[in-house]
Amino acid sequence: MAKIKGAVVIDEEHCKGCNLCVVACPSNVLALNKEANSKGYNYSYMDNPDECVGCAACAYVCPDACITVYKVRV
Amino acid sequence: MTLNEIINPANLVYSKTKVMNDTPMHYCPGCSHGVVHKLIAEVIEEMNVQEKTIGIAPVGCAVFAYKYLDIDWQQAAHGRAPALATAVIRLLPDRLVFTYQGDGDLAAIGTAETIHAANRGENIAIIFINNGIYGMTGGQMAPTTLEGMKTSTSPNGRKIELNGNPLNMTDLLARLPGTCYVTRQSVHNVANVRKTKKAIRLAFENALAHKGTSVVEVVSTCNSGWKMTPADANTWMVDNMFPEYPLGDIKNL
Repeated sequence: MAKIKGAVVIDEEHCKGCNLCVVACPSNVLALNKEANSKGYNYSYMDNPDECVGCAACAYVCPDACITVYKVRV
Repeated sequence: MTLNEIINPANLVYSKTKVMNDTPMHYCPGCSHGVVHKLIAEVIEEMNVQEKTIGIAPVGCAVFAYKYLDIDWQQAAHGRAPALATAVIRLLPDRLVFTYQGDGDLAAIGTAETIHAANRGENIAIIFINNGIYGMTGGQMAPTTLEGMKTSTSPNGRKIELNGNPLNMTDLLARLPGTCYVTRQSVHNVANVRKTKKAIRLAFENALAHKGTSVVEVVSTCNSGWKMTPADANTWMVDNMFPEYPLGDIKNL
């Protein structure tokens, strides 16, 4: 069976750390960073990148449109 | 396969639409407004109507909507977005005209304008964000506030005998002969985000086809006004808002 590998790129400066993408991710890939961006928000990042399947659930629910999603079959 | 190999334009599945510009949105973290802005922008891009779309921004949190979507905008006085939209669509009937209003704008000060525009069947789309509270001014009680819901002006919860019943504007508008499509959606999870996008698309197509007034209510959260985290606000909305404002199409002619 073909395996699907995904990855997301988060616009760290536009992320407000609302946590909605972390809740929406079905594979528990995302988490909020301990580091903050220049506005003081703990931005989202791929804590567990190997599990990402590129479903884009995080991007659909992101209110600030700061998630770009990539997906490839391997 | 390394991340750098996956992150390649050929493998792109989702990115921000070009109809949105890069201005950081002023909304609180987790606000539903951002998702609905994004959906409107995506629908405009998919329909290829960026050059002929005119949005009417309200007074309320979404007052700065014109800063985020790269289309033509007009800014209406509080509650008067449907009246201004009436003027725009009558003067420029080949354009796509939509209003974007919150519940304080559409269901309180703008009740008359909204009901009469819908009753006349103006060929506009009305996007109605209902979070049951006045978000911008500090979380005061709105006509749509639920019974028992605590706000800064009803600290012990809304009382029906004192403040009246929650106003269900969308059900009222569905009864008017001028409306062609009336629906209630939400954006708290992926499935509902997709449904809301379809609803906005249908509303915009109806407006372009001059079928009458379309109303898309989006039951939303105001996590700052409700004093919850964004994720808790979504759960609270599902448990408390949906029984009063059930999702689904109310009218689709």
